[in-house]
Amino acid sequence: MSIRDIVFIALFAAIIAALALFPPIIIPLINVPITAQSLGIMLAGGVLGATRGGLSVILFLVLVAIGLPLLSGGRGGFAVFFGPTGGYLIGWIVAAVVIGFLTERFWHRLNYVSSFLICVFGGIVVLYAIGIPWSAAVADIPVATAAAGSAPFIPGDIVKALIAAVVIVTVKRSYPLIEAERADRPSAA
Amino acid sequence: MITDLYIFGDTVVHRLGPGKKLLALLVLCSLLFIFESWLALLPAALLVLAGFWLAGLSAHHAFAALRPVLWILAAIFLIQLFYSGVVGAGFVVMRFAVLILAASLVTLTTRTSEFVDGIMAGLRYAPRFVPREKIALAIAMTMRFIPRLRAQFDEIREAQRARGLERNPIALLVPLIVRTLKDADEIAQAIEARSVD
Amino acid sequence: MIVFENVSVAKGGRPVLHDINLTLGDRRIGIIGRNGSGKSTLARLFNGLEKPTRGHVRLGSAPVAPDQGAGPDPKAGDSAADALRHLRRHVGFVFQNPDNQIVYPIVREDLEFGLKNLKLPPDERRRRIKATMQRLGIAELADRFTHELSGGEKQLVALAGVLVMQPAMIVLDEPTTLLDLWNRRRLLTVLEALEQQVVLVTHDLDLLDGFDRVLLIDEGRVIADGPPHEVTDRYRSLAA
Repeated sequence: MSIRDIVFIALFAAIIAALALFPPIIIPLINVPITAQSLGIMLAGGVLGATRGGLSVILFLVLVAIGLPLLSGGRGGFAVFFGPTGGYLIGWIVAAVVIGFLTERFWHRLNYVSSFLICVFGGIVVLYAIGIPWSAAVADIPVATAAAGSAPFIPGDIVKALIAAVVIVTVKRSYPLIEAERADRPSAA
Repeated sequence: MITDLYIFGDTVVHRLGPGKKLLALLVLCSLLFIFESWLALLPAALLVLAGFWLAGLSAHHAFAALRPVLWILAAIFLIQLFYSGVVGAGFVVMRFAVLILAASLVTLTTRTSEFVDGIMAGLRYAPRFVPREKIALAIAMTMRFIPRLRAQFDEIREAQRARGLERNPIALLVPLIVRTLKDADEIAQAIEARSVD
Repeated sequence: MIVFENVSVAKGGRPVLHDINLTLGDRRIGIIGRNGSGKSTLARLFNGLEKPTRGHVRLGSAPVAPDQGAGPDPKAGDSAADALRHLRRHVGFVFQNPDNQIVYPIVREDLEFGLKNLKLPPDERRRRIKATMQRLGIAELADRFTHELSGGEKQLVALAGVLVMQPAMIVLDEPTTLLDLWNRRRLLTVLEALEQQVVLVTHDLDLLDGFDRVLLIDEGRVIADGPPHEVTDRYRSLAA
């Protein structure tokens, strides 16, 4: 891992933190805020790839854990991991890695559609597959109930996957990081 | 740098090493999930409350820690009421409250810099294959660049406001990311210029 | 003293510098040229941020970047690494944007970064940091957060981060473009007082008034080389 990779990882962790400033959109009725931060998770994987994306999410979560109020709404500290939704935060790491891995695989066929599907899979299917059972376990409730409780967030997450796909494909055009990586080290591919 | 969640104080709890506090938190959490009984939960609750009192923290701090999860805990209480009655529901919700308060107690009485120093000290004992310097550099760099990225985000929002695009996420995110990736190249070069190996 | 011998650089198949031959022993050297002329690439060759596609860059009498055409001889690889280390240790580089050069949240930590890389003991690190900051007149900034500094303060901290490593030569790539007139003058005063060899890449021709030697780069070649006024006049005539 080069110095350049370390810089990408650190800067992306800082981008995820900066996205807390993004004004949250509140979904009416259920009063659920859609925050841009999980969008940052999709972008970390889709722009940096699996390894660097995953590490930048880990770095971000470490800084949250040790007391920096970097989550949207100014939340932070160890408490966020001990609440009923702590699994989603851990799931962010896996989501970024999965999105990064698939983005690398489909790099030459990456377009709005494929990138959107990758973000939906990693950022919704995989993320919820970790977050829902975790909530069910720590809150001692059936998985189906926990899933029903998460359902209201899905529309917002689909919107985020759409935005993430457009951003990932646009950034790829002007700054194709994953491909540059492969050109540098063809044997690694 | 961004201010941490630390509340200033000079108490026994504040002075306890970050590693010890963290260990205590993990032990407490494990015990509460292994022994799912009031016999474990009530002493734990008393312990955490005593910790708040010893650290000179007020009920206001405790409430602030619980406020973000209030609605979700209320929902869990209602669901649990249906499955396991008032006592069971109360147990699950109170266990969350105790864990969240315990975790907040650690966060409110420990500076981020103490944890960072702790991580750095811990890395010294890490096996050789762990890239210690790179981890230390990454942590320091993230803390240095968070305020800068926030400022850049505001700058880009201002610029897009002139075009009426300040709420368009794509018009905000693409410039933010492209600019950051470009900067990353020069930052990496600057680090290399000050490295000797 | 730094010597360029038949140095050429190509990026992505496009030639950027052609067959540069220079012996630079002068204390104050300026490099000028239009955007894309290759002057930044030339500056980056000084401390190995850029490597020659052909030719050598030597510091003093030691070889600094051996011919890449030497083949995959592992010993050649070793000496290339040694040469690079030698170059890094002796040539400091200051970038245009100090924000990209400061990587630690606190000023003192940032200055300490290079010294830790030099594996200096803590006492020596503290001593050097104090001395360097006093010399630049920024001693009071030691415990400040780097992101709270003004643009001029940041540029001085970036310079301090390089000076504290005590390089024999300092290369600055357009260090004044983000500075106001006051900070520009302050930086200039600091540069004048440096005992090190200074190489300054700039569009700000007035900065070069007291310099010993100025190089004009155009389309990857040195097209003028001499005292400041002669070379800046030539540069102005190019733009006319």
